[in-house]
Amino acid sequence: MFPELNSILDSTPDSYKSSDFILVSDRRADASFLIHHHLSFYLRAGCKVCFLGLVQSFSHYSAVGQRLGVSLAQAREKGQLVFLEGLKDSIGAILQEDTSQETQPLSYLRSPGPRLEGLFRFVERSVRQSGDGDANESWGPPVLLIDDLSVLLSFGVSVGAILDFTLYCQATMCSELQGNMVILVRCEEEDADDEEGLNLLQRGLVHQCNLALHVEGLPTGYCRDIHGQMEVWWRQRGETMYNQRKIFHFKVHDKGASFFARGTSSAVL
Amino acid sequence: MVFHSQERLQPINKTQRVTPGHLTLSETTQSTPVGAGGGLAVGTLLLVEEDRYDSYSRMLLKYFLAEGVVCGHELFLASARDHPDEIMQELPSPIVDDVAGMKISEGQSQPSDPENPDTMKIAWRYQNQPRVQTALASSVRFGHYYDVSKTMEPELRQAAKCHSFYQLQETPVTTESSPLPSPYHALLKSIQTVIRKEGFDGSTPQSKVRNVLRLGLHSLGSVLWGDDVCCKDNPAHCHALTTFLYALRGLLRTSLSVAIVTVPSHLIQVEEFGNRAVMGRIIRLSDTAIALESFRGSEKEANPLYKDYHGLLHVRQLPRLNCLSCEVPDTKDLAFKLKRKQFTIEHIFTELLSSALLVLTITAGEQQE
Repeated sequence: MFPELNSILDSTPDSYKSSDFILVSDRRADASFLIHHHLSFYLRAGCKVCFLGLVQSFSHYSAVGQRLGVSLAQAREKGQLVFLEGLKDSIGAILQEDTSQETQPLSYLRSPGPRLEGLFRFVERSVRQSGDGDANESWGPPVLLIDDLSVLLSFGVSVGAILDFTLYCQATMCSELQGNMVILVRCEEEDADDEEGLNLLQRGLVHQCNLALHVEGLPTGYCRDIHGQMEVWWRQRGETMYNQRKIFHFKVHDKGASFFARGTSSAVL
Repeated sequence: MVFHSQERLQPINKTQRVTPGHLTLSETTQSTPVGAGGGLAVGTLLLVEEDRYDSYSRMLLKYFLAEGVVCGHELFLASARDHPDEIMQELPSPIVDDVAGMKISEGQSQPSDPENPDTMKIAWRYQNQPRVQTALASSVRFGHYYDVSKTMEPELRQAAKCHSFYQLQETPVTTESSPLPSPYHALLKSIQTVIRKEGFDGSTPQSKVRNVLRLGLHSLGSVLWGDDVCCKDNPAHCHALTTFLYALRGLLRTSLSVAIVTVPSHLIQVEEFGNRAVMGRIIRLSDTAIALESFRGSEKEANPLYKDYHGLLHVRQLPRLNCLSCEVPDTKDLAFKLKRKQFTIEHIFTELLSSALLVLTITAGEQQE
């Protein structure tokens, strides 16, 4: 996890807000480093994590996790981490070879008029399940991480179906089980006068979430030393009277990421 | 593919561990996109957006396959327009000379040329028997040069094991409940069969030296693949190509293979609402994505700024493999030129600036008259 991001979001593995829906999005940039942050964050916090890894292999997250100080393999063995490896399991579903129960979560790849019910059932089972082994092993509140939800649009799943799915997940994870959700969606380029809206999914999710982290390239163009800007948006909650919004620049390293206020990068100063 | 421990590593034909955790193939030298780490990582997908006449993208595909022949890798070539055998017959001939090779040292990063910042050449030398150490011996270099004016000797070409898939000769299979239309479904099935049968997914015994499968898929998305994403405003199959690429990447990740896919993206009408998101999705479903823009037939051909080049190379996406960050290039202003023995990619920023001033001066002079 990234200590600087923890201080920006005012949370640590020992103390963080629960029942939170965090939306991570990007446009012309890659916000997946934030998913790695949250994955290591919640594993360190001792939460039961359900990770839908739809676009990368388990070994990719595992390799990055090692650099961030968490072992995904161990967490999976202990039952703390439930991982759905979308890429690997998709072939069987697409070529219709495997119609067993195990590929039900991927039913969005199979049936005409793809649906996400199977995926939701998988999530629900994973977070409600108690550990198989040690009866004394009890984990913290459950957390759902999805990387990345917008890939479902590539299979013809409708925006409405995806928003329904996230609503079901939010009701179960956040309201019922007091857990958290972190979802990554990737956005398209939009023209300023675009009325029809390419990014309906992202807009719908911003409406549902509590905290939105949006990553973009710099408006001034490509820069080697500053990888982009991240906008943090907090929904009004508790004592705050209004929604808060802040913008930071960031640079991603091999073992983390640094965040700084705009104009304070070491490349500039 | 990730190999967690050195001891369990089996030798894999003509690959190299550049960073811990992934293998890279030599990507015939000069055609490697900047920042791709000096090669294509095994298990990844390179997307090439074709130039208008598919001349340079086809050249890249041929380089990729030729390098596979020379390295002894297995090939899989799929095409819907030209027969795969025709493409194989056009492969360029490798240049075999006795120029001193480099001693390969592992674990070093991609070299750049600090003495000559204006031209950034991605040039790799490789020789089977390292003989003489030169000043650049500390670099990690592997790959071959090719002479595009000659075709590869048939004996050399036929020594390589090549599987081909020619769409026009395949019998259509009804796939009612599959998310993929018949040609893509058949292609995916064929790739999976080759991977399984030849053991690229690890099913062969460990003692054998494992090999790599290079896949070249030509012009996916064109109408000859039964896809209408390139010819309709509201294609019925707008999810076919994206679903196919997703499944392909899944196959690549779980086997010792690497794929290059060319797509005629200039045919996808992005003005139409239904298509606007497609290209972005196709790029995100790949690992590395580049686009070739040829100057031929465009107004840029006459532009003095570009007189030394054949086209622009746009880096759309760089891969993030087993790490948080990816290789960040110094600049994204890249142009390419194809010479007889070299396909070079250079950054053009410095030249542009000085040439731009020259152009402005000329224009001002003309207007005064």
